[in-house]
Amino acid sequence: MVARQTQLVLAAALIAGSAPGGAFAASTPDVAPLVDRVTWGDTSQSVAEAERLGPERWLKQQLHPSAQAALPAPVQAQIDALRISTTPVAKLVVDMDAQGKAAGKLQDPAERQAAQSAYQKAMYDLRQQAASRSLLRDLYSPNQLQEQMTWFWFNHFNVQADKRDIRAMVGDYEDQAIRPHALGKFKDLLKAADLHPAMLRYLDNDQNAVGHINENYAREILELHTMGVGSGYSQQDVEQMARVLTGVGVSLNPDPPKLKPQQQGFYVRRGLMEFNPARHDFGEKVVLGRKISGTGLSEFESTLDALARQPATAKHISTKLALYFIGDAPPALVDKMSATFLRSDGDIAETLNTLFHSDAFRASLGRKVKDPVHYVVSAVRLAYDGRPIANTGPMRGWIDRLGQSLYGRETPDGYPLEDTAWSGPGQLTAIFELARQIGSGSSGLFKPDGGEDQPAFPQLQNALYYARTKDHLSPQTQTALAQAKSPAEWNTFFLSSPEFLHR
Amino acid sequence: MRRRDFLTATLGLSAAAVTGQAWSAPATDQRFLVIFLRGGYDAVNVVIPTYSDFYYQSRPTIAIARPDPANPNAALPLDNDWSLHPALKDSIYPLWQKKQIAFVPFAGTDDMTRSHFETQDTIELGQLVAGPRDYRSGFMARLAGQLSGSRPIAFTSQPPLTFHGQTAVPNISVASVNKPGVDDRQARLIEQMYKGQALQAAVDEGFAVRDKAYSALAGEMIAANRNAVSPSGFELAARRVARLMKTDYNLAFMDVGGWDTHVNQGGATGVLADRIGQLGRGLAGLADEMGPDVWSKTTVVVLSEFGRTFKENGDKGTDHGHGSVYWVLGGSVRGGRMAGDQVRLAADTLNDRRDLRVLSSYRSICADLVSRRFGLTQANIDRVFPGETLRSFSLT
Repeated sequence: MVARQTQLVLAAALIAGSAPGGAFAASTPDVAPLVDRVTWGDTSQSVAEAERLGPERWLKQQLHPSAQAALPAPVQAQIDALRISTTPVAKLVVDMDAQGKAAGKLQDPAERQAAQSAYQKAMYDLRQQAASRSLLRDLYSPNQLQEQMTWFWFNHFNVQADKRDIRAMVGDYEDQAIRPHALGKFKDLLKAADLHPAMLRYLDNDQNAVGHINENYAREILELHTMGVGSGYSQQDVEQMARVLTGVGVSLNPDPPKLKPQQQGFYVRRGLMEFNPARHDFGEKVVLGRKISGTGLSEFESTLDALARQPATAKHISTKLALYFIGDAPPALVDKMSATFLRSDGDIAETLNTLFHSDAFRASLGRKVKDPVHYVVSAVRLAYDGRPIANTGPMRGWIDRLGQSLYGRETPDGYPLEDTAWSGPGQLTAIFELARQIGSGSSGLFKPDGGEDQPAFPQLQNALYYARTKDHLSPQTQTALAQAKSPAEWNTFFLSSPEFLHR
Repeated sequence: MRRRDFLTATLGLSAAAVTGQAWSAPATDQRFLVIFLRGGYDAVNVVIPTYSDFYYQSRPTIAIARPDPANPNAALPLDNDWSLHPALKDSIYPLWQKKQIAFVPFAGTDDMTRSHFETQDTIELGQLVAGPRDYRSGFMARLAGQLSGSRPIAFTSQPPLTFHGQTAVPNISVASVNKPGVDDRQARLIEQMYKGQALQAAVDEGFAVRDKAYSALAGEMIAANRNAVSPSGFELAARRVARLMKTDYNLAFMDVGGWDTHVNQGGATGVLADRIGQLGRGLAGLADEMGPDVWSKTTVVVLSEFGRTFKENGDKGTDHGHGSVYWVLGGSVRGGRMAGDQVRLAADTLNDRRDLRVLSSYRSICADLVSRRFGLTQANIDRVFPGETLRSFSLT
C-alpha cells in the first residue's frame, strides 16, 4: 500500500521533473546531502551507489536491507576473530562469572589481586569488542541505515555496560536483541530488548519479586520504552506493571530452581533469561484498564504487545525518530508518522519512509548538528574513503572525549537527540581539538593490536571533495581553508567547518 | 512561559525604560551556584528525622542510628528533630556549627510524574508545571538576563537545559582541562568560518572560556604538588569551580549524578554514604578554595529532582518519591538551622502515603535567595519565575 503510493508519487515527480509531494526525483541534482543523512556519512562509494540506483531505489534498499550484504573481507575477519563472535553469550557470562568468583577465593593477596585485575581486563575487553564491532559496521556496512538505527534503538533501550556483569552481555544485546529488529516491527524489538538479560540486570528487574517489589523497570518501560511521560498512565499503572514483571530475571545456573509441581509448567528459560514462577505475583492486575490474569511470563509479553499498539507509543517513537533524523519534531510530521506506525502494526521502516518523504526532512538536509558518534564515524569514513582501518581504539577514545561513549550512558533515557545538547561552547572547542587530532595523522587507526602501524594519512581533499563538496562551501570556509599552511592544518579547518559539523 | 511572551515582556519594559538594561539589577560581586544532584538523592537518609519512630519503622535495614557520641555510625545532631549523616562529619558538620549551612526539608516541585527526566527538566526550566513548556528558556538563563554584569557558566560537559536561552552560555567540563592544541591563529580562523552562522556565539564563547579556564587553573599543578594528596573526583571539580568563580564567573550551575539508589543503598556506610561523603568533601573544598572573603559573597544551593519513598523497598533501596531536603550554604548564609515549613512525619502526613510532601518549592527558595543577593525586585522575579510571589525563608 505504502510502497504503491511511493511509486505513484515518484512517477509524478519524474513527469514533473521536480520533487513535489515529498518523493526524491530520480534526477536529483545532488544525492550527497541525502546520503550523508541516511548513512553514517558520505563516502565516494556510498554517493556513487545512490546515484547509480537513483534516490528512491537506494532509499528502499536502505529501508529493506538484504541479509547478504557483506562487509569487506578484512573487516569481517577482524570481527570473526573477536571472543564475542566465537563464544555464545550464555557461555561467556557463565565463564566470566566463574573467573571472577575463582579470583575472589584466592588466599594469597598478590595472586588474588592479579587474578581480579585479569578478570576486570577481560570484562573490559568484552565491552570494547562489542564497541569495535559496532563501529566497524558503522564504517563499512552497506546497510548503513540499519546500523544507524541500531545505534538509535540501543540508545532508546539504553543499558550501561559497567553495571554488574553487563559488559559480558552488551555485545549480544546489540547484536541479537536490537540489530535484527532495527527496521522491523516495533513490538518485536520491544520484546527482544525488554526480555534481554542485559536490560533485566540494568533496571534491576532480576531483583523484582512478589513481596519484594521494585518498580524501577515498570516505570521506565512506560515512560521511556513505550508511551512516554505524561501520556496517560498513572502511579497505579506503574505499581500494577511492576507486579506483572515479578519473576522475570537472569539465571547463570544451568539447572532450573526447585519448584512446586503446580508451578513447574510456568517455568521459562531462554538462554540466560529466566522466568521463575516462585518469584511471580500471580494475582490479577490492571494496567491501563486492561485486566491481566495470572498466566506467568505471557502477562509481560502480552502487555508489551498492548503497549506497542498504544497511540501514545506511536507518537513517542515518531517524535524521537524525527528528532534523531531532522533535529526537530513538527507536530504535523509526528502525526503523519504516528498514523503510519499505527496502520502498519508498528513497522519501523514504513514509519521512516513517511519521515524521509516529508518536506521537513528535505528542508533539514545539511542542517542537523552531528552528535559525537556521527562526527567521529563520518570523519573516519571520509578521511580514508573505504580503506578499512585496523583498530577502532582511537575512535572509541575520541567518542569518549566528546561525551557519547558507546554503552556508557548511565541513565536509561539514553543520550539526548536535540542539536542543542551537542553544540554548546564547551562541546565545540572539544570538537575543534579533535578535528586537529583526526586531521593531523592516522593516530593509530591502522595499527592492529600488537601489530605494525601501516602508513596512512587522512585524505579529505579527495575525489568526492572536488566533485561534490568544494562548490558548496561558504566563502568564509573557503577563505579559512585557503590560509592553511599544511595538509594537516587544512584538514583541521575542514573538520572544524560548519559544513562538516552538520549533516 | 512561551518564548514569545518572554520577548514581549522584555521589549515592553525596554520601551518604557530609557535603555535596554535600565531595568536590570545593579552589578554586584555576589556569586550564586546551583548544584543539581541528578537521580533523586535519598534525602531522609542524609538529613535524617531522627526524632521519628515512624522513620525507623519504615526503614528497618537502612536507617541511620540516632545520635550517640559513642557510636561512630550514628547520625550527628542538628537540632532536636533532625540529624546529619555521619559521612559528613568532617566536611558539612563543621559548616553547620559555623552556621554557614541551612537545610530546607519538604522541598521540591509540584511535578508528580516521579520521572527523573521530566522532573529535572521541570526544575531546570523553572516554569509553571501547568501549561506548555518552552524548552528554550531555562531559569538560570532568565536570571542571567535580569542581572547586569552577570557572567554565567555551566560546569557541565554538555550545556544544561537551565541555561537555554537567547545567548550562548559557556560550558566547560572542569574534570578535564588541558593545554589547548588549537593555537590562537587557528582559533581565529575557525571563528571566521562561523561568522553569521547559528553557532557563531557558541564558537566564540567556547574559545574564550577555554583560554580563561586554562589560565585560571595553570597554577593548580604547582599548588597541588605541595599537598601530600591531591584531590580527585568531585572535590577536584569543586575546587576548580571555586577558582573560576573567584576570578571570572558569578552565576553557575553544575551537576553530580549517581543518586538513583533502588538497590542495596547502604546505611551509615555503603554506596550512598560514599557518594554523600564525596559531595561533602567537595563542598567543604569549594569553601576552602574560595577563601573567607569570596565565600562570604557566595551562595550555593544543592537540590535534586525528588526525594525517595519514605519506606525502603524490597531490595534494601528506595524508589522514586516526592519531597526532598535542599541545602543552602555560603559564608554569610543564616545557617545552623532548618528553614521552611515542616510537618510531623507520620503515615497520614506523607504525600500519597508514600513520600515527603513538598511545602517549599525550589522556585520560591531560589527566588528569595537571588532577590536578596542580587537586589532583585518582584518585577525581576516575575521574569525569572513567572507566577512566583516572593516570600522569605530568612536564609540571608
